Amino acid sequence: MESKINRYSKQLILINSLFIILWLGVSVFPFIWTFWGSFKVKADFFSRADWMFAVTGVNTLFETGDTSTVKAYVESWTEGEFWKATMNTAIITVSVVTISLFLGTLGAYALSRSTYKYTFWILIAALIFRAMPHITLVSGYLFPFFQLNVWGILPTTIIVLVAINQPFTLWLLYSFFKTVPKELDESALIDGCSYFQAFRYVIMPVMWPGVVTAGLFSMMLAYNDFTVTSLLLNQENYTMVPKINAYLGTIEHSGNYMWAVSSVVSATAPLFMIIMFFQRQLISGLTAGAVKG
Amino acid sequence: MPHKTFFWFFFPSGLAMLLFIGLPIISSFFQSLHIEPEQILMEVEKCDPFGCKTETKVDIEATSKLQEEQPLGRFNGLGTYGDRNHLAFDQIKEAWNNSASMSDFIDIILNLPFYKALLFTLTFCFAVTPPVVVLGFIVALSINTLTKSLKGPTIFGVILPMIVTPLIGSLVLFWMIDAKGILGATIQYLFDDPNLSLKSSSQLTWITLIIYGIWHNTPFAFVVFYAALQTVPQDPIEAAIIDGASRYERVRHIVIPHLYPVATFIILICLMDNFRVLEPIIGFAAEGVAQSLSWMIYNDLRSENKMLFGSAGATSMLTIIGVAFLLTPVLIRTWREFRTER
Repeated sequence: MESKINRYSKQLILINSLFIILWLGVSVFPFIWTFWGSFKVKADFFSRADWMFAVTGVNTLFETGDTSTVKAYVESWTEGEFWKATMNTAIITVSVVTISLFLGTLGAYALSRSTYKYTFWILIAALIFRAMPHITLVSGYLFPFFQLNVWGILPTTIIVLVAINQPFTLWLLYSFFKTVPKELDESALIDGCSYFQAFRYVIMPVMWPGVVTAGLFSMMLAYNDFTVTSLLLNQENYTMVPKINAYLGTIEHSGNYMWAVSSVVSATAPLFMIIMFFQRQLISGLTAGAVKG
Repeated sequence: MPHKTFFWFFFPSGLAMLLFIGLPIISSFFQSLHIEPEQILMEVEKCDPFGCKTETKVDIEATSKLQEEQPLGRFNGLGTYGDRNHLAFDQIKEAWNNSASMSDFIDIILNLPFYKALLFTLTFCFAVTPPVVVLGFIVALSINTLTKSLKGPTIFGVILPMIVTPLIGSLVLFWMIDAKGILGATIQYLFDDPNLSLKSSSQLTWITLIIYGIWHNTPFAFVVFYAALQTVPQDPIEAAIIDGASRYERVRHIVIPHLYPVATFIILICLMDNFRVLEPIIGFAAEGVAQSLSWMIYNDLRSENKMLFGSAGATSMLTIIGVAFLLTPVLIRTWREFRTER
């Protein structure tokens, strides 16, 4: 309920709108610019003469006969084998989300229902694990993985990402299960269900909002990862993010540089789409643990 | 829940964390105690029509045999921690004895790889966090005043920089800031200096990285502040309005105190996340002038000829010690929350 005195003055509304538009520009413009530029040739996107070339596409017209071109996309997907990277990302993302939700729901449910003191220590340990920089973990993986001959393949990376993701998933789902009333599964236990049956038939039907949020974060971690995938996968199995970095390594072949630009667009578009649908869950997940009334 | 049931529910998740987070830390520590075996050299006589020359060459066979016997290299104790690329005790002692003034001494130390990286990492952390908190708060306040139908799309736009992975985010900015990109060219035009480039000096590169850090982290602060704003109690605000408090006074004396705990949460998370800064350095191709601790590890593990497990392990351990310092307040905070909940 807005009281009348609380109305915003005209100047305030004006300043406020200007600020929001400015900030939106700062946040969004780089992506629009890259999207637009990905349809140009390198001489336009990085134009020494005049940056307006990137908008009008003078050199693109000269080189390809049209003001915009999908050449970079076609080449990076076929010649650059970006399709392979996309497939690897899809495999890794789907597997990581599925496995980490499976492990996470079971673990977090147990943590939220146990009244013993050790749950507290497990959660503290998870918090410490979450704070570990991923690169320090990777430096511990490489040597054993070489020795065991499991370096470079997708399954190893999937398991590693699942494990790295567990602490956050556990915390998120733990605070979610805490909001599910205990009486719900306790009554099922009294009626003679085992703990697992109570979980399967009583908790599972009501846990989906929490699971969607946790799944979204697992997805973002797996999809966006660079540290783990770039060091634990061999070139053949690269996912999208390390692949883009690999395109940059081969610069100065001017075509390749535009591969990176177009691949950035190819990699970001699906992510933005998903976030558009699940924005609410994303925000609720980020604020879990920070805001408590 | 009985211990046994708890165990089976928690076992898979616990095992995964133990094997792939707990063990690697131990393995990293173990690696840091070892050093790569030296390459065995041999002399080869090489003859061509113009005479014979002796050359020293790496005896590949013997080296690889040695490597097979001791894959981790030889035991070096804490030697790696003290060497030139890490804590550099000898170099510091030498600098202390030889440098004429304090600033000389500091100069020498900050040129040692580890301290250089530490300086950048800490500068990045502490330069990025305050603007992030302030900007996040202002953006949250102003988006909170929008009408409902506008809020959704605006929030979506504002959180984009946070969603993309840091490598892609930094690349997108880098391409604009590049001397041939739109921002770079505009800056050159504004300062009327065709050679001005954000990559040209180390200070400018650091500033660019920090600006990127602010751009990337502000959405997180915004989202948390925005959610917290929804929980600000309305009664005191109405009372303040009746008492004639201005908008500024209301924000200053009611909203901000309410958000203090949230702000500390944001600061702590921000410091911890930025302490591991790595991808922006790669994205901005700033390895030459800005190295972070994470980048040092990454570089050791990527080196062309041979991965330096020992060196990477030692840097990892030192990084973890740094994280531990930043983590302590978070742990204390969680501890208190748990105590009040029980």
